[in-house]
Amino acid sequence: MSVAAEHAQAGHGDTGEPVLPPVTQLAMSSLALIVAGGIYLAAHIPNHVSLGPAIALLAASALLLATNLVLLARVQGFPWERFFAIAKWALLAYAVIAGMIEYAFLRDELKGGPLVVLTLSLVVFAVHVPLLIGFTVARFYDADAEAAASAG
Amino acid sequence: MHDVAVDAPIVTEGAAHAEPAEASDDFQIVPRVGLPIVGVVLAATIAGIAVNEQWPLEFLHVVAGAGWTVVDLFLGFVLGPILGKLSIPARIEMTKKLMPKMVLLMPTLVVVTLSAGWQLANHLGTVDSSYALHGWVVASFIVVGAMAVIALGLLEPANIAVLVELKKRRPNPAVIEKLMKRFIYTAGATGLMQVATLVIMTKLASG
Repeated sequence: MSVAAEHAQAGHGDTGEPVLPPVTQLAMSSLALIVAGGIYLAAHIPNHVSLGPAIALLAASALLLATNLVLLARVQGFPWERFFAIAKWALLAYAVIAGMIEYAFLRDELKGGPLVVLTLSLVVFAVHVPLLIGFTVARFYDADAEAAASAG
Repeated sequence: MHDVAVDAPIVTEGAAHAEPAEASDDFQIVPRVGLPIVGVVLAATIAGIAVNEQWPLEFLHVVAGAGWTVVDLFLGFVLGPILGKLSIPARIEMTKKLMPKMVLLMPTLVVVTLSAGWQLANHLGTVDSSYALHGWVVASFIVVGAMAVIALGLLEPANIAVLVELKKRRPNPAVIEKLMKRFIYTAGATGLMQVATLVIMTKLASG
């Protein structure tokens, strides 16, 4: 039975829709905060820029990532095997993408506080997107249906 | 059930399994044949950034950016509405052919556009806050940022999830319906934002 179906059976949903933590919403908000921080820094180049707002946005984004991980870890019966089967490859792909963007920052001799903030932002980005992809796939995994289909 | 269009109510999971769509193993979620091509494109982008010359950077940024814009507009306003009117089996067949290509194509176009574009802006000095049209540059950051969040947070996960669902022995049509709906709507939203990108980029190019 899928996570969605289990929750529906338990009376958590009326239409069979999954009643899971708002992982997608939190991840979208986290990504939006990262992007806002990046735009804030990029918009002030090459002038001196106060890192306060960018750090606050990064911290809020990282907090949402941590919240997402905690909420997801508490879901009973979540198909982690399925989640990791997808998320590990997505992590590899997004690590390459983040690496390319980081290389562009280094090539432009970005250094100091802005480099640290942008690098950490890329880390949050490279973890959160694979988490979201793994979650979106795993939430529709139905172990019973898969087993029945394999047997039939 | 096989005639249900995108706008029809989504069937429940249990009902969907009563009439499963046909699963198949005739496609790869990530087309392996495309990986070397992606590798070459990414290597060319790294080389372009390393060389830091205007022509290669402009070439990479314009080609990838145009590809991103055209694909978004085409998916959002041409193919999406057509896909929504197809029967379920036809839509599944189309999805199996189209979506694996999108898994490789879109992230590659996005990362090449952004990294080459950033380097080009640095090279030309348009990223500097002293640049006369700096407001337009910041506006492009905002539009592209919004598109990237939508593409990465909604479009890409839906793309992967629908392909994984189609790989199952008994794919659930309700799940495919729901995910394809999300894919088409978000493609339409990013397509609209691409119009704003065109306005900004033509303004920047004409000074």
